[in-house]
Amino acid sequence: MASSIVAFELGDREVEVVVRPLTTLQSVLRNQVGAMATKEGCRQGGCGSCTVLVDGEPMLSCLLPVEDVAGRRVTSVESITPPEGLHPIQEAFVEGNAFQCGYCTPGMVMVAKALLDHEPDPTHEMIAEALIGNVCRCTGYQPIIAAIGAAAGALQGSKRAPER
Amino acid sequence: MSPNLTVVGQSVDRSDRIGHVTGRTQFTADRTFPGMLHLRMVRSPVHHARINGIDMSAAERVPGFVRALTAADVPHNRYTILSLIGVEPEEEFVLAEERVRFKGEAIVAIVAETEAAALEAVARVRLDLEELPAVFDVEEALLPDAPIVTHWGNNTFMYEGHPCRRVRLGDVDAAFAQADHIVEGVYNTSPIEQAPIETTGCIAVPEANGRYTVYTNTQALYFSLDNTAIILQLPGNRLHFLGGTVGGGFGGKVDVIVEPIATLAAMKTNRPVRFVYSRSEEMQVSSTRSAWRIYVRDGVMNDGRIIARKVTSYADSGAYSRQTPYSLTKHAANVAGPYAIPNVSIDAYCVYTNRQPSSAMRGFGVTMGSFAIEVQMDKIAEVVGVDPWTIRFLNAYRNGDTRPHRKLAEDATLIETMQAAAALVGHDLPDAFRSMTSAPRGDSETGGR
Repeated sequence: MASSIVAFELGDREVEVVVRPLTTLQSVLRNQVGAMATKEGCRQGGCGSCTVLVDGEPMLSCLLPVEDVAGRRVTSVESITPPEGLHPIQEAFVEGNAFQCGYCTPGMVMVAKALLDHEPDPTHEMIAEALIGNVCRCTGYQPIIAAIGAAAGALQGSKRAPER
Repeated sequence: MSPNLTVVGQSVDRSDRIGHVTGRTQFTADRTFPGMLHLRMVRSPVHHARINGIDMSAAERVPGFVRALTAADVPHNRYTILSLIGVEPEEEFVLAEERVRFKGEAIVAIVAETEAAALEAVARVRLDLEELPAVFDVEEALLPDAPIVTHWGNNTFMYEGHPCRRVRLGDVDAAFAQADHIVEGVYNTSPIEQAPIETTGCIAVPEANGRYTVYTNTQALYFSLDNTAIILQLPGNRLHFLGGTVGGGFGGKVDVIVEPIATLAAMKTNRPVRFVYSRSEEMQVSSTRSAWRIYVRDGVMNDGRIIARKVTSYADSGAYSRQTPYSLTKHAANVAGPYAIPNVSIDAYCVYTNRQPSSAMRGFGVTMGSFAIEVQMDKIAEVVGVDPWTIRFLNAYRNGDTRPHRKLAEDATLIETMQAAAALVGHDLPDAFRSMTSAPRGDSETGGR
């Protein structure tokens, strides 16, 4: 089968790549775009460390043929990191020491982003359920759940701020 | 605590925190180099076999194939990681020679332009293997007619001429004869994979000055460098190892497995070579925590005092020993537990089988011993009719007590730790235990300990 050209948005960037059939989004991000924040833990949909958002929904980029994101909006950790400082979710992860080795962290941050975009005030159970596909071998998850809760509070606070 | 302390008692920011949350931290596999080649392994599909032939003709025709490496290409192919601290003999092969001893053992390294080409070539290597009987149980491996895994004729690691690591204190047999109760237990544990989210890997890069820069996620940078120097018969100053960023290790990245062969491939091709484990290699080929079988026999008095403890432990090292001989030594030193027992006998065997090699994982043989001993302590409590707290306070070691390996206990805190734990869970301790301390026993208390 012939290679094809696939175009999609990555954050505020337009990306156009030539790919062989069934090349994954993960492979394109890492090997063609050089966006290394999206990690490789298993390449079989088992660990969640490659999670990105596609039109706002969390997806495992290791299982996603890049043809499927043609014309769609992909959001990775690079896309949500401001030029200076950190996104409130990243800030909360730092404040709460929600990582040790850091390898699962980009995937965790993306899952948190998808959750908080849909549900600004999640319960502990909702956060735990959102993380169900993401494996962390260092923390035992509790600092991650707490950090996402703290990020929710911070995001809510910043939205309310102008009304004061 | 001094008010002038700036680190102790304070929360200190980690230097890698911004990199971790932004994904900018550069892990090994996040690096790439112009002209980088990819290495994949041809692995044994069976647990134990003689290698009668390797046919690479079809593999060599795969577009993108660059070269294959076999045992004959490795300057010092038989090694053992712990030779750096004097452990013998060298018994592991970078690439298999004559025999494969576990399912997944590396036989041929294929280097190719892309990972896909490397995998395609791996699939086309034809192995002529003559399967041999295999053994998967530590005690079966010690039977006279067991298949022999090692090259020296039995299946145990030898400690100064003995088939096990031995610790002796007092006379256990005499004490068993005097004991009111004999309490026995056998404890089995399974192998456990450390399962870091980042798989084991490295990239070896030839430099213009004749050196090789090796980017690696090893947990043991200089162990890896020195073993690579031995295996490749290179002076250490030809190797520049860069590490420190490890995406989870837990003992699983202490062995030296990927760096020597990747560096050799870089030497033979004069191009950067990447060798990063797949998830299935991480789970099924990389070392696990050993499977253990631990027999415990205790002589106990009616009041709960343990007067004798005999332990026979077997750790399943798998096909090669890696860090397991060291695990057994640590295990033997600690398996009597933090208890003052006047008569102790420990035999700890490092046993070779045809399973995936085991090695380090959090605790080096002590964790599994603690599991066995603490379950055994509860069992003893039940036999003599006291609660689990009592059996531990009664037998807790104190500063100055002689431990089975003849060192005196120092900085003992078992009693104080149990007191704190009881307070945390709201358990009321009797006054005798509440006032107990780890201070050295008075003359009247020493009672043969």
